[in-house]
Amino acid sequence: MTVPLLRLENLEVTYRTTEGDVPAVRGVTLDVEAGTSLGIAGESGSGKSTLAATVLRLTPRTARVSGRVLLDGEDVLAMSFGRLRVVRWSEASIVFQGALHSLNPLHRVGRQVAEPLLLHDRTVTRRGAERTVDQLLTDVGLPTRLAASYPHQLSGGQKQRVMIAMALACRPSLVVADEPTTALDVMVQAQVLDLLTALVRERGLGLVVISHDLSVLASTCDRVAVMYAGRVVEQGRSADVLSRARHPYTRALSAAFPTIGDPAARFAPSGLPGDPPWPGDLPPGCPFHPRCPDAVDVCRTEDVRLRPAGPGQEAACVHAGTEVQA
Amino acid sequence: MSLDTGTEPGPVVLSPRAVRRARRSASLQRFWVSFRRQRAGVAGLVVLGVFVVLAVAAPLIFSSDELEVTKATGEVLAPPGSAFLLGTDESGRSVLALVVWGARVSLLVGISATVISMAIGTLVGIASGHFGGWLGGALERLTDWFLVIPFLPLAIALATVLGSSLLNVIVVIGVTSWPGTARLVRAQTLAVEARPYLERARVLGGGHWHQMSRHVLPNVMPLVLANTTLTVAIAILSETTLSFLGLGDPFRVSWGSMLDNAFSAGAISSGAWWYLLPPGLCVVVVVLAFTLVGRALENVLDPGGR
Amino acid sequence: MTFAATDSAVAAESAHERSGGARSGGLWGYALRRSASGIGTVGFVLVFNFFLFRMLPGDPISLYTKGRNMDQEQLRELRRSLDKPILQQFLGYLSNPFSSGVDSTQFSRPVWEVIGDRVWPTVVLLATATVLSAVIGIAIGIRGGWSRGSSFDRASTGISLTLYAMPEFWLGMVLLILLSTGVGFLPGIFPSGGVITPGVDRWSLDGIGDQAWHLALPALTLTLAYLAEYALVMRSSLVDELRQDYLTTARAKGMREKLVRRRHAVPNALLPTITLVFLNIGFVVSGAITVETVFSWPGLGLLSYQAIRGPDVPLLQAIFLLFSLSVVVANLVADIVVAAVDPRVRT
Repeated sequence: MTVPLLRLENLEVTYRTTEGDVPAVRGVTLDVEAGTSLGIAGESGSGKSTLAATVLRLTPRTARVSGRVLLDGEDVLAMSFGRLRVVRWSEASIVFQGALHSLNPLHRVGRQVAEPLLLHDRTVTRRGAERTVDQLLTDVGLPTRLAASYPHQLSGGQKQRVMIAMALACRPSLVVADEPTTALDVMVQAQVLDLLTALVRERGLGLVVISHDLSVLASTCDRVAVMYAGRVVEQGRSADVLSRARHPYTRALSAAFPTIGDPAARFAPSGLPGDPPWPGDLPPGCPFHPRCPDAVDVCRTEDVRLRPAGPGQEAACVHAGTEVQA
Repeated sequence: MSLDTGTEPGPVVLSPRAVRRARRSASLQRFWVSFRRQRAGVAGLVVLGVFVVLAVAAPLIFSSDELEVTKATGEVLAPPGSAFLLGTDESGRSVLALVVWGARVSLLVGISATVISMAIGTLVGIASGHFGGWLGGALERLTDWFLVIPFLPLAIALATVLGSSLLNVIVVIGVTSWPGTARLVRAQTLAVEARPYLERARVLGGGHWHQMSRHVLPNVMPLVLANTTLTVAIAILSETTLSFLGLGDPFRVSWGSMLDNAFSAGAISSGAWWYLLPPGLCVVVVVLAFTLVGRALENVLDPGGR
Repeated sequence: MTFAATDSAVAAESAHERSGGARSGGLWGYALRRSASGIGTVGFVLVFNFFLFRMLPGDPISLYTKGRNMDQEQLRELRRSLDKPILQQFLGYLSNPFSSGVDSTQFSRPVWEVIGDRVWPTVVLLATATVLSAVIGIAIGIRGGWSRGSSFDRASTGISLTLYAMPEFWLGMVLLILLSTGVGFLPGIFPSGGVITPGVDRWSLDGIGDQAWHLALPALTLTLAYLAEYALVMRSSLVDELRQDYLTTARAKGMREKLVRRRHAVPNALLPTITLVFLNIGFVVSGAITVETVFSWPGLGLLSYQAIRGPDVPLLQAIFLLFSLSVVVANLVADIVVAAVDPRVRT
């Protein structure tokens, strides 16, 4: 078996706060092969954004990280700073949420896209960088004159495309997209997702997409992993996970998004009672049991790990592997 | 007020006013608990308490005779000794007595001037933020214009024109410092007015006065409160400066007037440090205390993770 | 493979977007607009200045004659000019706002001449103090903000707050008594006032050194007084900036921490502080008045003090106008500088 492009091994991230330790990620193991895409779904507080940050060791200093993050076989967490700075962006890059202030408001967009080029390759000339920036902007479907614009002059969709162009600047093998479609109109969302899918296909990249929107991930990614309370509770081929979910949480997530055109969906109640647990205050046993419609006694006392639940599919539920009446 | 229905406690029914009172006292308690954690702020509060007590009790500690030049008993510009703990001034008066009595004027002027400044500033600020159109615009323009005029030259001009008396000093400082508050209040008013419940109040028929007093004012007040302490600090510094320049009340002792006298009497060249240091140190300590309290209030009311 | 041709929605978006960067056109346009509103402020200042010294309780004549002797002819002339209708007086004032023809009551010389003599020492003192305090204050603020919570940060914040609470003239007096008169073991080596030792040629090498020696303490006083505010504002501005997401983006690109600070965090955080340097000119002026008095520095500040003592109303009026106009100009410059640096303001 070839070495996966990205391998997270027993990853744990705990934040040290004034109110005690908060475990954001509690033991996650995931693989991403080159040329494939993995979606990571979950609500806020599930730990998915923290997971993204660990790929390039961008977690804040108050975070304790343990486990391994193997990028092409090399452990990011154990690298020296010098090696880390080289690896950042040139082997793996992150597409941040364009709607936030991920762009410096005082620098022109072209300069910011060119910045990693100049950082990683001393031999690049200014003209060379400009030409590359123009090419990158064209690749993501933006007119090249936008390079002279400032971030506040761009729309949300344009900013998101700029983030994608910027992420591709140093030709990484892996791209992690953190909530790339949040705060965008539905039409623009579709365009951004199409763009990402096409780029992955063309360039043989590995892609990790993080979103709270399971339907977005299902349409874009080959495989999907669902996170809850810092753990992966289900993973498998996206079509399988969406249509034959083995974990009650996944089922609730996919049911939360109505199928347009299906009259039954309009009447069926699909919300989940309660809120996701505060990571610092997890219930005993399976963390999902307070909200789970299929909870049984053992769920309250014993935590569950991922177990096989179908071809290429795993779920962390006592009912996995058995047929459950949905 | 509760309905007693036998052994089991039934639902407690309270009047709206009682609910408001309970909510307010609960939030006050929460506020106090948070404030207690701001050590610098608490220290400042303690220091201010000490000074206020000293100022109020001044006549009990030193009789007003000590301020009379004609009744001075000490040597001229004598260094600290057993008789006069902080030495004497150029007329033989006890510097310590002057400092304690000086606290009264400095604190009185600082606080009164701030009250005036806050009143005008809050009124103008809320009005200019609330009323759109030409009134709001005009008030905003007026505030900006007054902000441009540098404080001390204006204060000097006004004091020259009005004459030097305690009341005039208070008026001058109050009138020159309201624009700062007005601008802050205006920004806060605009932020509050953007909130949906203001729209609801308007739709429900709340008139201008009702909106401003019942909705805008309570939301603006916390920030205004924090700003008030800082304004008092600046007002005290202003009073000290004006008195030093000879524009204060000539019949009252304040820390600024002490410095003016010290300067004119050549305390510097004669090395009379006991005359120079205490009044200035008092100003520094009091202003610092107000500043710390103000910063603590800001931290509690608007924690930005500083 | 490109998308632009096939993606009609993107093309529509681009068509709707505002025109690209705000180039010089945007900045000049802004500067022009801002200057226009600045003229309004100047107008207000002129009107205010005029009425301030005329709306007085009591007899206006006495204000102009307070403390000096005037013969009958001058009194009659004065009465005649003050009896003219207000509008005429105002127009007369407008044609000659600095009263260049009027004599100062104290110096018996034209007001404008008196002011002209004293401008240069004030400019030298304020320029030195402003530059030093801005540079040092900002440096301290940057270091404190970046190492937030460290002992340097706590110490520098504490010292800044204390300096901020100090009346600057008191600080000057303390420095004088410590370093000029000398207390205890401290040597009294600095001069006690003035700008130059009498008898020394101003332009000789010795003279320049002597003047610098005289400049030292007053400049030190003002520098200490001003730098506190700059340090505090810079620090809090940097602390705010450090929370921004684009810094994470920069780090993710493989940027060294020092470069992240230098290229992204600090320049953005510098903006409000630079603005403050200009907007502070009101306080700078006030500081000059009291500090020049303490050090007998023969500038506009000391002149103001002497004018108050008179009171020399024509002189006071002219000085007030001069100070107010400087503040208006400084505010204008501040706004334009911000617009030049921050593209969000221009569009």
